[in-house]
Amino acid sequence: MTEFHTPVTPIILLDLSLLTMMVFVAIAMLRSRHLFAVVMLSGIYSLLSAAFFVSLDAVDVAFTEAAVGAGVSTVLMLAGMLLTARREKPVTPGRQPVALAAVIAGGAALFYATIDMPAFGDPNAPANAYVGQLYVERTPGDIEIPNIVTAVLASYRGFDTLGEVVVVFTAGVAVILLLGVGSVRGGRRVADRNGAANGSGVGAGAKKEERG
Amino acid sequence: MEHLILRVTTRLLFAPIILFALYVQFHGEYGPGGGFQAGVIFAVAFVLHAFCFGLEACKKALPQKALTIAMALGVLIYAGTGLATMFLGGNFLGYTEIDPDSAHHAGQHYGIILVELGVGVAVAATMLTIFYHFTGREPDIDPEDW
Repeated sequence: MTEFHTPVTPIILLDLSLLTMMVFVAIAMLRSRHLFAVVMLSGIYSLLSAAFFVSLDAVDVAFTEAAVGAGVSTVLMLAGMLLTARREKPVTPGRQPVALAAVIAGGAALFYATIDMPAFGDPNAPANAYVGQLYVERTPGDIEIPNIVTAVLASYRGFDTLGEVVVVFTAGVAVILLLGVGSVRGGRRVADRNGAANGSGVGAGAKKEERG
Repeated sequence: MEHLILRVTTRLLFAPIILFALYVQFHGEYGPGGGFQAGVIFAVAFVLHAFCFGLEACKKALPQKALTIAMALGVLIYAGTGLATMFLGGNFLGYTEIDPDSAHHAGQHYGIILVELGVGVAVAATMLTIFYHFTGREPDIDPEDW
């Protein structure tokens, strides 16, 4: 088997610039304490990674990342942010030598592992050979639709996708169960019954103290 | 509600976004896209609506009750397709049984369209449900309050 070398094309410059921007956005997210800015940066990060997926020819993944990651998640994060504070609590900076050592060791191990990875785009790489190759070869004969990703998602791996849909459904049900009481009445703040009881209890106590 | 430009733009964009969602939904076999993306795009149209005209108006257009039903309906369409193929004598989600005599695998095509429809309905309804519940907790906030 001859060794495969990734052809060096100008596209690599585009990939590098996208990845560099992603690193900078990630650092900016870490440093910012303003949650609105962090949510917006996470949307930008998703959009950059969507562009990167397009550059990798994974248009379906890029589409999902742009729609879900950059679109709806940003909105949901903003909506979630409304329920909490606008700013992250300031963290007292301190040296954590054990954590630093663990991160450096883990990072070094990952870098070391990349040496053994197959070249980018290698047709004989495990990810492209075996079952992946089988799907590419058999979709035109088995299913006869042009988009192999859809064939894998909806037909070959239809059972997995059913699981995914059930996961999404479960998330919706969990949100209804946890937050449902407040929002069925639409937009108005609904006091938690226990919280209200406690609050009035505290108030009554304070009044008693005043009287006493 | 004084953002006139946003409101006019949303009025203009709402229908094309829904149309694009339907295109992504039913064109997923030919180009990039499918139920997940289409569901999200469909939900985003209503999120924009809620941003510009308020959550109340959006809930009037698409009530939570309908969304709760649609959420379950999506999963049922998907799982029901699987069960239907079982009753037709095949495996769970073995779409070929829908039209076994077809020369160009029409059964597979029907099956894929049905399950993608289930995915789209479930994802759109769930996304909007989460959005309604998160934003419905707080009263409307001041634009300066961000």
